Amino acid sequence: MTKANIAFYWASSCGGCEIAVLDINEKILDVIEKANILMWPVAMDTKYEDLKKMKDKSIDVCFFNGAIRTSENEELAKILREKSKILVAFGSCAHEGCIPALANLFNKKLIFDRAYKETETTMNNEDTLPQTSFMTKEGEVHIPEFYDTVKTLDQVVDVDYYLPGCPPTPNIVEDAFNKFLSGDLPPKGTVMAPVKALCDECPRKKKDKMIDTIYRVYEKEADPEKCFLDQGIICMGPATRSGCGHQCIKGNMPCTGCFGKTPEVTDQGAKMISALASVLAVEKELELDEKKVEDLISKIKDPVGTFYRYSLASSFIKRKVIK
Amino acid sequence: MDSNSSSPRVGVFVCHCGSNIAGTVDVEKVAQEISKMEGVAYAGTYIYMCSDPGQKLMRETIEKEKLDRVVVAACSPTLHEKTFQINSKNAGLNPYQCEIANIREHCSWVHEDNKKATEKAIKITKSIVEKVKEDKSLTDIEVPITKKAIVIGGGVSGIQAALDIANGGYKTYLIEKDSSIGGKMAKLSETFPTLDCSQCILTPKMVEASNHPNIELMTYSEVESVSGYVGNFKVKIKKKPTSVNWDLCTGCGDCYNKCPAKVPSEFQEGLSKRAAIYIPFPQAVPNKPVIDRENCLYYQKGICKICEKVCKIGAIDFDMKEDIVEIDTGAIVVATGYREYPLENLTEYGGGKYPNVISGLKFERLLSASGPTGGQIIRPSDGKSVKDIVFVQCAGSRDIEEHKPYCSKICCMYTAKHAMLFKHKVHDGNAYVFYIDVRTAGKDYEEFYYRTTEEDHALYTRGKVSKIFEDGEKVVVWGVDTLTGKKVEIKADLAVLAMAIEPSVGIKELQQKLKISIDENGFLKEAHPKLRPVESMTSGIFFAGAAQGPKDIPESVSQAGAAASKVLSMFSSNMLHKEPLICEIDEDVCSGCGVCIALCPYKALEAEITTKEGKEVKRSKLNEALCQGCGTCSSACPSGAATMRNDETKNMFKMIEVILE
Amino acid sequence: MENYEPKIIAFLCKWCTYAGADLAGVSRLKFSPNAIPIRVMCSGRVDPSFILDAFSKGADGVLVGGCHPGDCHYAQGNYKTLRRVKLLKALIKEMGLEEERLRLEWISASEGNKFKEVVNDMTIKLKELGPSPLKKEE
Repeated sequence: MTKANIAFYWASSCGGCEIAVLDINEKILDVIEKANILMWPVAMDTKYEDLKKMKDKSIDVCFFNGAIRTSENEELAKILREKSKILVAFGSCAHEGCIPALANLFNKKLIFDRAYKETETTMNNEDTLPQTSFMTKEGEVHIPEFYDTVKTLDQVVDVDYYLPGCPPTPNIVEDAFNKFLSGDLPPKGTVMAPVKALCDECPRKKKDKMIDTIYRVYEKEADPEKCFLDQGIICMGPATRSGCGHQCIKGNMPCTGCFGKTPEVTDQGAKMISALASVLAVEKELELDEKKVEDLISKIKDPVGTFYRYSLASSFIKRKVIK
Repeated sequence: MDSNSSSPRVGVFVCHCGSNIAGTVDVEKVAQEISKMEGVAYAGTYIYMCSDPGQKLMRETIEKEKLDRVVVAACSPTLHEKTFQINSKNAGLNPYQCEIANIREHCSWVHEDNKKATEKAIKITKSIVEKVKEDKSLTDIEVPITKKAIVIGGGVSGIQAALDIANGGYKTYLIEKDSSIGGKMAKLSETFPTLDCSQCILTPKMVEASNHPNIELMTYSEVESVSGYVGNFKVKIKKKPTSVNWDLCTGCGDCYNKCPAKVPSEFQEGLSKRAAIYIPFPQAVPNKPVIDRENCLYYQKGICKICEKVCKIGAIDFDMKEDIVEIDTGAIVVATGYREYPLENLTEYGGGKYPNVISGLKFERLLSASGPTGGQIIRPSDGKSVKDIVFVQCAGSRDIEEHKPYCSKICCMYTAKHAMLFKHKVHDGNAYVFYIDVRTAGKDYEEFYYRTTEEDHALYTRGKVSKIFEDGEKVVVWGVDTLTGKKVEIKADLAVLAMAIEPSVGIKELQQKLKISIDENGFLKEAHPKLRPVESMTSGIFFAGAAQGPKDIPESVSQAGAAASKVLSMFSSNMLHKEPLICEIDEDVCSGCGVCIALCPYKALEAEITTKEGKEVKRSKLNEALCQGCGTCSSACPSGAATMRNDETKNMFKMIEVILE
Repeated sequence: MENYEPKIIAFLCKWCTYAGADLAGVSRLKFSPNAIPIRVMCSGRVDPSFILDAFSKGADGVLVGGCHPGDCHYAQGNYKTLRRVKLLKALIKEMGLEEERLRLEWISASEGNKFKEVVNDMTIKLKELGPSPLKKEE
């Protein structure tokens, strides 16, 4: 039996997804047995030139992690798309934008100004900013362009499958490897995790969702037996795909939504906004005038960071409007 | 006909409505633009779509073009949605696959610029075409009905509702927590504005209810729990132990005449005493005694048993246990009435402290010919006669800061009655009335009030009483005449407070058992304050009487009739029919988060845990009979498991898209 | 922009605001044609997703019309709408979109004139604001 050719790539991400491949522990040996790894930036030194020389579709499965932040990310996404039979968005950044996409609350100029000029430890009297090309003694040097907006992988190339999570959990990764290497493929476009929301696997006792007020995680010690939402702590679980083994919940921390929306939903944040606002103080809603409602809503700090922590790039609005 | 196919054939009929639409909107252009849409098999216009020839044209076109869905671009759906749905049905289509695009009220009538109006009409119609393309073929929901009713509360409202339903031919259970029906009305002396003796008009109704072949009286009973839904409730009734076998008891009265334990009579508002084994009042229905175990010497001290000894037929049963019976019922009428706001709460008037400061209801017992004084008005403190009497209206009512914010509605009229009856009995007496406003909205009420002031010379002072205190034998009432600005002091023999009224004790528990709402003042909350005043938000549960808000007798009786007619109209068919445009929960998607359960105003959703392949599965379960189709759950459902039939989210996205393209 | 005509999507509850808009029609009131109505059973049916979808597809404004508090045909749907819209406004503000582009109004079936005023006023305000910055990039 010929071995499959697989590749990993790391675009705009923290790098965790690259390592997450190894979270499957010794099972990686089974993978190696069945597949050649052609590219894996964290572990191998594959040159872009060599990649470009490969024949189209010579990679069987490419696991692409990271969002599209720079022209380099985009270029590699396009090359890998051509070279791969199956392109998998691996992890939340490639899938939905994830934390890097929260930078969509800013643009290139604001980010550069902050990073290169305004940070408290920066001394940059000449206001030097990164340039895409500049002359050195050795000749002209090019560096990738930094985009205003972070995109998801499928916003620049066609994507076959998605592995959700920040990072994808070992069970998800293992299951995906098994499916790809055995040829047992789900329909194109499948997010390879269960379809139900996290509450399905969450063992906490659910009551009536009569939430009078909202607490931030540090403001209240959560009862580890009870549903976070019932305790007034925002948990993205109801709007988030399950399959992660509710690890955060086990650690007595609410779900923040990294597995993304469920299949019937278009915008994870909008749905959670609707769910939360609907049950918030529902018991005594008749007594609340507009002002009181505003006070209550103002307890929810940073709606974007709360409801779109992972999905801003793939949401309806995608980025902040900056004039 | 299977019209859920993926390639719909939509027919669009654009109405000119004479010149109503065509005068502003270029209807031909609308039809032309719409005909370019994918899935549109036909688009045409006609001068009056709703006319017979128009409808015929529609039916013929449906057949000729093999249409499976229809959009009529015409007037508001409020007017002709049903007309066109029936017409499509007659042409063999599913009525729920016929939609209306409102291009008259929302377009041609409100715009003048022909070009812009035409563009808008196209957008409106396009959005409705997108909607109809996804509409599924639906059938009405049928829910069977148990044609029996339960009426909770045996006051005049409950009695009337039970009689009306029973007369309609249906078995009715009348549940009353006390041992006799009759409620507050049984305590009243005479009733405004006609001065009928209250018992004389009520007692025949009580007897009628007790003898009615369709009414089963369940007194000394309370609602234990309620489950089920409209047409199919299961109500558990707790029958409290009476300690007397009513099947044997003849009501001879030997037991209560001989019983040595005496306690203040609730019925007589504490003006006289009753025995521990007692009937609340002589005309009680059923006329059978109960033992008040808290005051019975046998239950408390293990001695006595005199009643058992004197009862010749051996009806006394000290070992009687409470009994729970379950009743299947299709409808429930809640008629639990009111109680007086406790006198003790009015400390500024010495309520509960001074024996000669009494409540309106207590005064009724003083006035009543069957009362403990035989209708003689005396001071409770010393039994002396009363010459100067003060009536204080709005005692606890219309007081946002300290007491009840609302108007208790009946007090103006019964105070006028009290003053009038007092003057009839004590000709040389003085009746002073303090009032904020006098509200006499009711048939013949103003005339009655006029008689009180003009013929019987009750002295009305506009102003609130600030303080009542005792001075020797007298009660001194301090108030201000707000019309003159002068301070008023009256030394009276008796002060009668027209107490605010509030819902009966236990309304909160009952409300939770029935899963209905109460308002901010604790009264039952109706489904709609104007249009559905006798219905609860929960289908199949209706209201009668003061439990829903302060009401006098005629209003309570009218509402009881209205509630009964709602029950009867429900019972007039064998099945409840409902539009199928309601929520649907996709079990494969629902994670059981419970958000929808918390927000559904109809309690149509409940948590359900089942086991599937050895794994526990949580989900929300929809009760179709209860869902009214508002769609609030669907918008809130964070996983997209709750959808609205023929109003799905993905459909809405398409409608939005064609409007904005 | 000289000839800029704002596009407004108006989600109107069947029982109050839609009927109020009908009354505006029956009364032959004249107002700007910029708002395209979509009928929903209750303002509680208006999923924040609809509103954000409309903005993402280039709506300059979104109007949600419901029954006055206490008058909701479904008792309390409009209370949920109020909270959702408030939270949604906080969101769109954080996303740099003008809050005024999203408007919640209680308009009863008897308030045809109010419907007219609201649509006119919203059109004027949106003209002042200019086209939505979310309009599809060319």
